[in-house]
Amino acid sequence: MDAPQTGEFAHIGKSVVIKGELSGSEDLYVDGNVEGKIELRNHSLTVGPNGNVKADVTAKAVVIQGKLDGTVNASDRVELRKSAVVTGDVTTQRIAIEEGAFLKGKVDIQKEAGKAAAPASS
Amino acid sequence: MASVSDNVMKFFRSSSNRTAGAAVPQKLTRRSSGMGEISRLLNSQEGLCVLDMGSTSANNIRFFTGKGHKNYSEDLLRSSLDPALRIQDSAGNTVVDSKKFLDENLVYANAQFDVVLCWNLPDYLEESLVKPAIDRLWSVMKPGGYLLAFFHTRDAGPDSTCYRYHVTGTDMLEMQEVKFAPPGRPASDKQSPRLQRVFNNRHIENLFRDFASIKFFLARDAIREVLVVR
Repeated sequence: MDAPQTGEFAHIGKSVVIKGELSGSEDLYVDGNVEGKIELRNHSLTVGPNGNVKADVTAKAVVIQGKLDGTVNASDRVELRKSAVVTGDVTTQRIAIEEGAFLKGKVDIQKEAGKAAAPASS
Repeated sequence: MASVSDNVMKFFRSSSNRTAGAAVPQKLTRRSSGMGEISRLLNSQEGLCVLDMGSTSANNIRFFTGKGHKNYSEDLLRSSLDPALRIQDSAGNTVVDSKKFLDENLVYANAQFDVVLCWNLPDYLEESLVKPAIDRLWSVMKPGGYLLAFFHTRDAGPDSTCYRYHVTGTDMLEMQEVKFAPPGRPASDKQSPRLQRVFNNRHIENLFRDFASIKFFLARDAIREVLVVR
């Protein structure tokens, strides 16, 4: 995924450092440092290539190009791009992992009630 | 006195036997009797916990989660090369801090895993870490759990290619050459791990002496598959 237009996402730039709880009702692109908790229940989180997130994440979709250390709960999907470095457990309906991505942790595919889980892909 | 970087570099081959400049690692396939036995277990139950100790594999995650199981990934070989694990002993020699290694890796609850896929890890891991890692695996496996490991035979030379195994079918594996940059080196300087040792059957039995049973599968290539029951 290319860097989004800042008008479509809330954007945390690479020089920004945030410690605490982040929540919102729009998509979020993080290219800086976030430590704490991120909650975007019906929206997506993208961790950019410079992003360094040490937080437990809850979102609809999570796309990781940088570093994430924490648990990830995505109600729809998770994508690990080739530069992703993820340490923590991932719970989602679908996961896509590019060659070169690093994951240390659990992957738990949770089927949504009444739907079959979509197959993971690379 | 060997420096820390020299100590780490002994784990890498000086050259690859692949054609220089190849952009995509060549993938081979092999049939695995051990994986076939594990697949029978995976097909008979749901919700099992599988620990895959190779590098992150989308194939494997897809295979195991597609059958309704939980997949844990931990690249122990890569973790073992962390320069921060190297310490000086009382004689001034650089050794690996196995206690720190186990404080930071394979940290799981006791009796958590139904299946552990060691692949070829024991053949490539630092000597002082092999037995502690196997002992830790004994602790985190459920009684009756399966562990699959691959060991080179004596026919394998010291420059035997280190492969990552991707599960592509019930008993089929795709083999991908492992290359990664040694710690402190640029990403472009990827090298292949060097075979550290060749176990004989007695050594393998001794390594897994705390387990309930052990079964060997011989194949036409220079690999012995070992299926161990906790």
